[in-house]
Order: sequence, then structure tokens, then C-alpha cells
Amino acid sequence: MSEDLATPGTSVAAAQGAGATDEPLLQVQDLYVTYPVRRSMVQALRRVPKQYVRAVDGVTFDVRKGEMVALVGESGCGKTTTAQSILRLVESSSGSIRFQGTDITKTPNKALRGYRRRAQIIYQDPYESLDPRFRVRTTIEEPMTIHGVGKGGSERHRLMLQALVRAGLTPPELYVDRYPHELSGGQRQRVAIAASLVLDPDLLVADEPVSMLDVSVRAGILALLDGLRRDANMGVLMITHDLSTAAHFADRIAVMYLGRIVEEGPAKQVVRNPQHPYTRALLSVVPKRDPRNRTAPQILRGETPNPVNVPAGCRFHPRCPVAEERCKTIDPQLHTAPTMQTEEHQAACILV
Amino acid sequence: MSETLQLQGEKLDETAAVKRGRGGFLWQVIKDRPSAAIGLVIVLFFVVIAVFSHWLEPYDIHTQVGPVYGPPSIHHWLGLDDGGIDMTSLLMEGAKVSLIVGFAATFVAMVIGGGVGMLAGYFGGTTDIVLMRITDYFLVIPDLPLAIVIAAVWGPGLSHLIFVIAILLWTGTARIIRAQVKTVRERVYVKRSRSLGARNSRLVFRHVLPQIGPLLIANTVLTVAIAIFDETALSFLGLGDPTRVSWGTILEHAFDRTAISAGAWWAIVPAGICVSLVIMGCYLLGQAIEDALNPRLKVAHLSIKHFRLVRPLVGRGPDAL
Amino acid sequence: MTTPLLEVRDLHVWFDLSHGGQLHAVQGTSFSVEAGERMGLVGESGCGKTTSILAVMGLLPPNASVGGQVLLNGVDIMAEGEDTIRPHRWTDIAMVFQGAMNALNPVKTVGFQIVEPMELHEVAEGTAARRAAGELLEMVGIPAAAAERYPHEFSGGMRQRAALAMALACQPKVLLADEPTTALDVMVQAQILELLSGLANDLGLAVVLVTHDLPVVAQVCSRAAVMYAGEIVEAGPMDTLFHSPRHPYTRLLFAATPDLYGDEDVVSIAGTPPRLDRQIDQCPFSPRCDRTFDRCKVERPVLKTVDVDHRAACHLNDVPAGAPA
Repeated sequence: MSEDLATPGTSVAAAQGAGATDEPLLQVQDLYVTYPVRRSMVQALRRVPKQYVRAVDGVTFDVRKGEMVALVGESGCGKTTTAQSILRLVESSSGSIRFQGTDITKTPNKALRGYRRRAQIIYQDPYESLDPRFRVRTTIEEPMTIHGVGKGGSERHRLMLQALVRAGLTPPELYVDRYPHELSGGQRQRVAIAASLVLDPDLLVADEPVSMLDVSVRAGILALLDGLRRDANMGVLMITHDLSTAAHFADRIAVMYLGRIVEEGPAKQVVRNPQHPYTRALLSVVPKRDPRNRTAPQILRGETPNPVNVPAGCRFHPRCPVAEERCKTIDPQLHTAPTMQTEEHQAACILV
Repeated sequence: MSETLQLQGEKLDETAAVKRGRGGFLWQVIKDRPSAAIGLVIVLFFVVIAVFSHWLEPYDIHTQVGPVYGPPSIHHWLGLDDGGIDMTSLLMEGAKVSLIVGFAATFVAMVIGGGVGMLAGYFGGTTDIVLMRITDYFLVIPDLPLAIVIAAVWGPGLSHLIFVIAILLWTGTARIIRAQVKTVRERVYVKRSRSLGARNSRLVFRHVLPQIGPLLIANTVLTVAIAIFDETALSFLGLGDPTRVSWGTILEHAFDRTAISAGAWWAIVPAGICVSLVIMGCYLLGQAIEDALNPRLKVAHLSIKHFRLVRPLVGRGPDAL
Repeated sequence: MTTPLLEVRDLHVWFDLSHGGQLHAVQGTSFSVEAGERMGLVGESGCGKTTSILAVMGLLPPNASVGGQVLLNGVDIMAEGEDTIRPHRWTDIAMVFQGAMNALNPVKTVGFQIVEPMELHEVAEGTAARRAAGELLEMVGIPAAAAERYPHEFSGGMRQRAALAMALACQPKVLLADEPTTALDVMVQAQILELLSGLANDLGLAVVLVTHDLPVVAQVCSRAAVMYAGEIVEAGPMDTLFHSPRHPYTRLLFAATPDLYGDEDVVSIAGTPPRLDRQIDQCPFSPRCDRTFDRCKVERPVLKTVDVDHRAACHLNDVPAGAPA
């Protein structure tokens, strides 16, 4: 699945020196998204210190062409906010987001139109993704109208049918005049994907694309995304809480906790050789489908703290089963350890 | 890999009635609910009378055709007023003004209220705060003194009356539309359109407006009822247009010119009944539309009736299934 | 053989449709649970699993018709419908609803919401009830002092625990849990599942776990029943279901679930489940089955025993070895 990745040992910087063609499709660097918490007037008068929600607290990662990266984590880890700020649906506080070399955080709103065509998002809820008053044809024509794609009605019609076929809805004529409520969840999700495909994007962000679909339908949608990655050389960023799905379909996995990436690397490596204590605990509690495979789960106590109160030092140390004294003061950075099999695999833990 | 198009067993949509294509919605409401049909018939009845009053009036409203406060008779079913003028003709003429003022005031109120609600709901933030403050001020001003002041300052006239009533009415619409717009704006398909690059104008006109359309209609119908009532009240108090006949002025004249002591109930009651009927008709229609928009108002599981037990179980079921 | 704690026999549920006709949502399901046992009821949306347990609780709306037997310790509590079920609801059989964590009363304290069923069913009252509520909270992993707090002050996982405590308020023997961990993070899910297993062991509670999540059932339950189109298509020990399934749907459902370490391709099942408002005179899964043959299209299979404690409804089990598949 990942033959086209740079061979282990080659850093991105060296690749950039070799030629601009190796530049990643998407480069996120030191991304921060911080929201101030509203204080009541009484609190402001009492000089209660301002609090901030540190939704995304310093995230750096890449997505290359023809690659699927899974951003994995529990609720509150910041994965959805990261995805939304990549698409400028949410304004980041600082950091850079380079898309094909251009930092889109600096792009003024009016000029974002071009970006919006190249980077698309698929939402989680297929039952709410489509306007219930639009037939399928209108839903798919809308992006074409917005961006002026296709010269004339017949060409747009052709492009629409093409997009439906690409999204797995064949024969497309059967679907064009349907309303969303006449379609199943999987079909609706495919329509949403088709509406994005019609613009021929380079980057596809899929926010929990299958979590609201029946199990028997999920593989079809994920295979579709995988096919797009392969055949159209798209970069796919998949946001999910389901580690099993990420392990199966993604090339690389980045595990997030409380606004930071705590471990990232090739999917198989992260899953079979996890280094960060959080990743290890998370993997141990994922239920396995084989009843004989009942490994003793390492259940962490309590729940993920509120992003308003990010612990000092290593943000995971209060729940970490192997935390030491120095973990309370040192904030670890991502690095590759000798226990890892490739330089692409990194973890943010001082014990690794 | 194609998937056959089939409705999934339990996914039969109760709200399908609402989503059944455009234009069909109102028709569906009327078909499903007899109250809506009754309401519509009543309102249409009076609209027809108002539109065709010139041809329907049996007698001229400026000509005396009998004695002062002549009682109902075969020639004059609703008797005569203090000027000896046929009441039936007066009521038909009155329908015209009452309904015109009612609809016109409602239209203006809808435009103002809908616009304010839409802007406040869609843009939120400071726009919302400012617009809602303005709305609150108008809500708080007592209706009657405001109407009296405006009428006194401006003088009588139909357009003034329409304007006064519109000022009283727009705030209710603004609040309702704002709430609904806020909800719709957060829907995933609106967000998705925005992420596709749609501009605000497209989002508002193609996604938000159609969703709040039915609600706007329901609200409009109910506002018409209030507008007609307001017109009647204001005219009754002498703040209307004295040169025109409306149901309110009929009532006003009746009270001013001692119809009660003369025992001429026909100069008062029919006008009151007309107003009540139109308002009731609007309410029936408006409520039915509102109910259709909110299927959750049906309290299915809180019923005191329980599930039925099928005994004995022969074959596979109680029915031919 | 001991009488099972809860036994459901040939349960049928029909719903009257607003435009005439009926939806046959549950088509003759039968299963049983022993004390202290965890049984899974698995299936995708629309298969009838939630309706089945709602029927066991007698919590169906007025447009529902129910047939069959629900035996609690051998006694049919469905005999007279609502009248015979009511005395047992919550005191013997309790349910945690789907999304219960979001259905807590926001204006009442959590403690009040646990005491309320106790007082309504005359299990305890006043100070004794409040003390019992505190113990219940401790049992589900919430400090007793939190009884004075309101639901919005709890996190999602804690709200689910509180909903569990409410269901256990009247000390039922059977707990029906409908998707208890679906909306929760995987770590919190592990905590809740551990709690459920512990409660089953310590209290001798019979747990029926209704979910679409196969791995959850695989980890927690000893036995499971797979539902499709309103009926149970296969039932048996978890191990057997995974390693030697006797119904294609079971096999395909497992194959459609990605495994963390496995490398096999994840499959999807084309097509959609059949409409339940019409009589089905063939195998309901046949249109989507990868091993369907002629008999499947004309005759509806019956749930039959294929092995010890293993039932399946598939014609393939009747076909002797060597016959065309």
C-alpha cells in the first residue's frame, strides 16, 4: 500500500532539496487552535484569570499525494478541529498549513475559492450531509455551478454521471433524480463523495466517514476512498476514533491526545510496535473480533481531561501507567527511538 | 458495485409527508388534516367576497334603502344600519378593507421581520445582538399607545393603518425566523456547501430559505389573523380611515350611534362574527401547517394506551401479512 | 436442565403503518439467558434487535402488536400483556436505553433520579433509598457524593454509569442494555464493559447486550444471537460463531469488521435488507448471499439446531457434503 513513500531514512527536508515534486501535498507545521473561554462579567470583575481551550496544541504532520493518513484519537483530542482548520472552516491561532507549497493560513478569505476546490471534506453524518430538498443531480451540480466547472449543461451532465460512477453508484441514471430520503446511508455518503469528486480535488479530508454506517457497508466506502488515493493519486486525511479501520486502510497513523500528536508512523508499525504508553493502552482496549483473542486490556482510569486544563509537563502523565517524576516537568517532543524500525515512526515520550 | 434501491424495512420516514417534493407540501397538509381544509375554505370564502364585493353587493352602500336600524327582513337579511344602508352590502364592503389591510400589513411585517430574523440568525455575533436589541425595544413598546400616537401624528388613512399594524407585528416573526435560521445554518449540508466554496448569498437563498419557507408560511397565516384583529380594534377605536368601510368601522359606528340601546343587534353581531370567522380560519390553517412541520409534537409513546397482545398466535401473524 | 432466568419464545412484533399495512419488525425470535450470563444480540440497523428487547419490557407504542411468550423463571409475563408485565418492569427486568446518557433529566440531581424508581416501585424510600442510591453509584464507579450533582456536571462516561445505576435501582435480575457504549470513546467503552461484566459476575445479573458492534460482543459475551430482517439467523457460543459460523451472514458480518492486526481484506455486503412490510417467502438474506442456491429463493429457512447449543437458519446446513453450493 505504501510503495510510493520515501524510503525509510530519508527526511522530508532532504527530499525537498532533491526536487519540488517530492514536496508533500499538505504540510501542517506547529498548528495551534486556541479558544478563549467566555468569562461572565462577575468573573471578569473578580479578575479570575482567563482560561483557554487548547484544542490543537502544536501539531505538525504531512500528507503526501497518493497517501492516506489517519488522525486517530478519542473525543477532545483535537483531531476534528485540526481537520477543520486545515480547510479553513475554523481559524487557527498560529502555525502554518502549506497546501502544494502555499501557506493557506495567509490567504485572504476572498482568495480561498481556489483552495476550496482542491481540498474537500466528507462529513460524518450521511443523513444530514445532503440537503433534503435537493435531488441528487442538484447536489452534484452545485459545486460545479459554484466553481464554474464544465462548459454548458450537457458537459456538466456528463461530469455528474462520471462522478456518480466513480463513487460507486452505477448505473448513475438510477440515482440522479432521487431525493436523499430515498437512499440508504451508504448511498448518501457516496453521493456526498461524488459531489466532491466532480471538482477533481487533490486532498480529501474524511471526518469519520463510516462511523454512522452499518458494518456491512463500511468496507465499500473505505475501499472507495482507498481507490481514490491509489488511482487519482489523492491525498486522504481520515479522521477516526476506530483504530481497527485506521490500521487496515491508512498508510500512516497519527495518534492524538489532548491537542498533540503523541505517536505517528506507518500504520502497521504504530499498531504492532506501539511505543507511547497512551497508544499501547489504547490498542490494548480495542475489542478484537476473535473471542479467543482476549488480551488483558490496560484500562486507564478516569477520562481525558478537559483541553482547558492541559497538565504541565507531559500532558499524559496523570494517567500514564509508567510515568516518572520528570514527566511532570518535561514536555516531550516527537522523536524516533531505537526501538522503532523506521525513522518515520516517532513518539513523544521521554521513556522511549 | 451497485446497490439496489430499496427502502429499508424500518426506515419508513414519518416526516416523508413534509419532504414530498416542493409545492406538494401545502397540498399534503390540507389533504391530511381536515382542520386545515376547513380553515382554508373559510378564508377563501371571505377573500372571494372581498374581491368580488362590487358585484356581489345587493345594494349600494351609499344609498338609504330603508329606515334607521331597520330590522332583518326578506329583502335585507341582516337589516339596515343607522343610515338605513343595507348591512349585508356593508359587511361585504368591509371585508374588502379588513382583508386588504390585514394582508398588506402582514406582508410588510413579514418582509421586515423575516429580513431582520434572517440577518440576525445567519450572521450571529454583533449583528444578532444589535438587531435583537432593536426587536426587543419594539416588543416592549405598548401597542395601543404607539398606534394612537402614530395615528394622531400622521392622521387617518389606510396606508398609515397598514404601517402601524406592521410595526406591531414584525417582531414576533423576527424572533421565530431567527431561531429557525440559526438551527438550519448549523445543519451539516449547509456547512458542506460552505466548505465547497458557496457564498453566503447561495447558502441563504438555496439552502436556508427553502428550509424556513414552510415555517414562514405558517407564521404568515397566523400573522394575518392578528393583523385583521388589530385593524378591527384600531378602527373600532376611531384610529382607522373614516372614509372607508371596514368591519372595525362598522362596529365603531354601531357603538357610537347607539345601536345597542336601539336594540339593533344586527348592526354589531354580524361584523363581530365575520372577524371571528376569518381569524379562526387563519388559525386552523396556520396551526395545521405548524403541526405538519413538527412531527415530534405527536406524543406517540406517552399514550395511556398500550401495545396490543395477539392471542393465540396462529401462523405468523394477526393480519394477512 | 435448569430453567433459564429469561426465556423469550417465538416473539413477534407488528407495527401498524400510517398508510395502512403492517411492518413485521420481529419475526419469531427465541432466546434465553441464565443468571450471571452475558448474551449478545447482534445485528445492523433495522434488524429488530432493539424492538425485541423493548417488547420484552413491554415498552412498545400503541400501534404495536406483540405475540409470543416472555418467560421469567418459567412464568409467562406476556400472558396478559401490559397487566402482567408491569409488576416485573424495573423490579425484575430493567433496561438501559440507547443514548440513555443523553436522556437524563437535566433539572433533577442524579441521586434523585436513582431514588425515584425505588420509591415508585416501593423498593425503598426516604433515607434508606438515598443510602441505597449512594451504594449503587459506588458500585458503578461514581463517588457517592456525586448524587447531589446534576447530569450536565458529569462526563459522557459517568452519565452512562449513572444511567446504569438507575436501571439497577430496583435490583433487577435481568439487564437489557441497548448499545450501551456506542457513543463512548474506546477507553471509556472498555471501562463500561468491564463494569458490566463485573456486575454480571458479582450480582448474578443476566445481561442481554444489544449492539451492532461485533468485537464488543466478542469480548464481553459468552453467547450471541445474530439477527437479520427481524429474525435470529444464527445463535451460539461466541467462539463458534467466529470460528465455525453456519450462516453466511454471520460469516460475512465478521469478515466486514476490520481486525486490528489481521491482514485479510475487509468485505462489504452489497444490497440492503428486505422490506419488512411485506411477506417474505424466501430466505431474507438470499439476495445478498454469496452462497445462495435455488432452494433459498423459494423456501424460507427455519432456525434449527446444527450443533450443541448452536442454531442456524440456512438451507446450506441441510445440504449434504458434496452437493452444489
